Amino acid sequence: MDLHRLTAHELSDRLKKKEATPEDIFSSLQKRLAETEGKVKAFVRLADGRLGQIRRTPPQLHGRNAGLLSGIPVCIKDNICTEGLATECCSRILAGFKPPYDATVIRRLHEAGALVLDAKTNMDEFAFGSSTENSCFGPTHNPWDLDRVPGGSSGGSAAAVAADETILAVGSDTGGSIRQPASFCGVVGMKPTYGRVSRYGLIAFASSLDQIGPFAKDVHDCALLLEAIAGHDPMDSTSADIPVPDYTKSLGKDIKNIRIGIPREYFVEGMDPEVKTIVTEAIEKLKSLGASTHEVTLAHTQYAVPVYYIVATAEASSNLARFDGVQYGLRVKASRMIDMYKRTRGEGFGAEAKRRILLGTFALSHGYYDAYYLRALKVRTLIKNDFDKIFKQFDCIVTPTSPTPAFTIGERAQDPLQMYLSDIYTISANLAGIPGISVPCGFTKKKLPVGLQILGKPFDEETLIRTAHAYEQKTRWNKTRPSL
Amino acid sequence: MEYEPVIGLEVHVQLETRTKVFCGCLTDFGAEPNTQVCPVCLGFPGSLPVLNKTALEYSIKVGLALNCAIQGFTKFDRKHYYYPDLPKNIQISQYDLPIAKDGYLDIGVNGQTKRIGIRRAHLEEDAGKLIHRGNASLVDYNRTGQPLLEIVSEPDISAPEEAYEYLTDLKSVVEYLDVSDCDMEKGSLRCDANISVRPRGTKELGTKSEIKNLNSFKAVRDALQYEINRHLELKAAGEQIVQETRLWDEKETKTLSMRSKEEAKDYRYFPEPDLPPFTIDKSRIGEIRKTIPELPKEKMRRFMKDYGLTLYDARLLVISKNTSLYAEERLKAFPSKDKKPVANWLIGPMAQEANSRNKELADIPVSPAALNEIIGLVESGQISNLAAKTVLTEMIDSGKNAGTIVREKNLVQISDESALATEMEAVIKENPKVVGDFKAGKENSIMFLVGQVMKRTKGKANPKIVRDMLKRRLTDA
Repeated sequence: MDLHRLTAHELSDRLKKKEATPEDIFSSLQKRLAETEGKVKAFVRLADGRLGQIRRTPPQLHGRNAGLLSGIPVCIKDNICTEGLATECCSRILAGFKPPYDATVIRRLHEAGALVLDAKTNMDEFAFGSSTENSCFGPTHNPWDLDRVPGGSSGGSAAAVAADETILAVGSDTGGSIRQPASFCGVVGMKPTYGRVSRYGLIAFASSLDQIGPFAKDVHDCALLLEAIAGHDPMDSTSADIPVPDYTKSLGKDIKNIRIGIPREYFVEGMDPEVKTIVTEAIEKLKSLGASTHEVTLAHTQYAVPVYYIVATAEASSNLARFDGVQYGLRVKASRMIDMYKRTRGEGFGAEAKRRILLGTFALSHGYYDAYYLRALKVRTLIKNDFDKIFKQFDCIVTPTSPTPAFTIGERAQDPLQMYLSDIYTISANLAGIPGISVPCGFTKKKLPVGLQILGKPFDEETLIRTAHAYEQKTRWNKTRPSL
Repeated sequence: MEYEPVIGLEVHVQLETRTKVFCGCLTDFGAEPNTQVCPVCLGFPGSLPVLNKTALEYSIKVGLALNCAIQGFTKFDRKHYYYPDLPKNIQISQYDLPIAKDGYLDIGVNGQTKRIGIRRAHLEEDAGKLIHRGNASLVDYNRTGQPLLEIVSEPDISAPEEAYEYLTDLKSVVEYLDVSDCDMEKGSLRCDANISVRPRGTKELGTKSEIKNLNSFKAVRDALQYEINRHLELKAAGEQIVQETRLWDEKETKTLSMRSKEEAKDYRYFPEPDLPPFTIDKSRIGEIRKTIPELPKEKMRRFMKDYGLTLYDARLLVISKNTSLYAEERLKAFPSKDKKPVANWLIGPMAQEANSRNKELADIPVSPAALNEIIGLVESGQISNLAAKTVLTEMIDSGKNAGTIVREKNLVQISDESALATEMEAVIKENPKVVGDFKAGKENSIMFLVGQVMKRTKGKANPKIVRDMLKRRLTDA
């Protein structure tokens, strides 16, 4: 039996029944990797195309989630710190950086009994991008069509799950970096509410937008992984001290009387006609399951992209100031200190990182702050208010995850603005801090997956899981796997 | 035209919390370099700051003691600049919502009280220390992330001497609060000065210079005087003053230009997204207010009232918390209602002993009873003032009591006229000119003769008796 093809909950059953061991699962993954990773390139720094040793830290079953993910392999995006294991954000500037500590999510995964894989997944440098092309290690290929991008920035994590090279994966989402690649790769991905999962150990892109979240083959697994990593962390002042529910209790519930808002602004020009048809059918399916749908308005949607690219780049320019060659990572020597800074940063950062640092630095500069950053914060509040208003009457909002299916490698690489627009449906959730899930909802004629995005109230991931699971049970799009 | 200086001071006080302001590292002074560090204060990727509650409470305490309004709603901001002692190249500070604002400190100027406004006090993290060795520069990050409270005065200070007084009083207040040792040598108190001059009586501020690298209160005073003179000379020569930052060179006793306004940095402040804004409870502020002890000004007034001290004496005795506690213990224990002798001893011989030993007055091991004993011996005429100082020195060195020292050193004052007559006659004989002066009406010259007798008796003679004897002897003759 190909254990790597199974989900975490299926594997958990087998482990409990002693029909398989964690070693069996791991060797199944290794075998799979040997066949597919040469084509997909989901992982970085892999020695001879194989998974390394399972992380040396033995499972340290502890606390609320002890044993929740016992023996289940999980792989980690290259921007989440793993003690003693290189974490480089796929950037030359962090070459050789081995964090002296584990991120809180890694600690939580260990406590839940998961096997954190000794291999990190590919991403756009510092999560700057929507295609995983901006990686110093080269692009990851979409398992459904190797000429296409897997989406980004967590493209490696999404592709690894889609290609059955891992059972679960962890990514980060600042403007859609989990949901959009999940949509492109035909897997489930969730950005939890801002503050739901600790950011301690996540190398920051934009601190007020970043959130760590799960990738999985189905909604059930997504719920398990979310439960394992969620919860208050005293090391992160922005993490919320709100109890974590048992998300699996939201599985298998019907969605009768669930009130769904369909934002009119999300179904306009720029959307691929096939995506429009597929998503419209998905909405009809939700209705047939008993949910009610109504057109709603998110009036400030058109400002989301500009607001996002001011807030996100401003914070990024600040967060990336620390990469200077003094303590860790790349150092390009020079006779004067200022030249060491300039050369290290000049050679260490890729083009998109430089572009964002420049944009953000400009937005925060004396004389421009009020016109850009402060104004962006005000519009951000308006965008948040739009959602608050809708959530007074509706339980969730349904939209496409991305206006198009996966595009081809190189297609948008030279056009940053076109690239930025591929996050048009996802970034509002980051600006508003609300949770969002992408769940597979069909395929285009070219057999490219399309994702359905469900957005919910702050800290109400349960409704997202419930709705997505009900839909998944009826449609089973996730059962179709890419042929590699 | 007559000009007046306009001075504002920025004082950084290192708050003495057990752990750093945004992480759990210890703040012990003098630890081995880079032993009190963690991913957070080293600014490692992925690490996040968490505010130290005690640092916030200390800041509020100082704000209240400086009569400031405490912000109900406050936040932290990021200040950006590149320097290897700043691991994130970001300093977490406060920009537009400082914890405390709009306060004041009353200082004494020529016997008058002058009120110096406090514009703001805000909490921020300290940077590390650079150590230069030959061609290499090393960084010690132990200090990185220690809590600093920056206290900014209004430009209400109009003379270097006032700046000195302001710093002395500010240090004294902060020290009383037990939130910092305010030791400039250790760097736990640092000061930058802003100075400009303007025609006396006008309101508009002149072009200022900012002086850095001020390592003592004296340096502040000297540098300000130097800068005032420099500004005035430029004015007199009809030259423009440029806005710039200048460094005080202690050895050359002059300021040198460091950077001009055109080169000034753009710090690109923006709200720290890793630390959400927060509110400070009114009730919590009330609780902190209750922990503020009697402050130097109040204590000074009480010393004057309770112990009948002069303003001058009282001010000296409340200058630091330890000094005031030490003094009050001795003032209280003195049996007589007139406490003047105790104050004189504390400010005089005991302070000198402390100085010469490079110690604080409070570290001088003379118990209230021992001090009373010395004063008693002097007042009863058993030892001279001069001998009493010898007793004090010996007491501190050996720990023996006054009686023993007087006996061992044979310091008992000679008040017996017959025992002093021989020495007196010898002195008269040796100094005919001085004797002549006295007789000619120069009354003060008798003191020289008294001194000579004291010398011959190794300080044991009772000077009052010697004086009387001499007076009688030379007037009668």
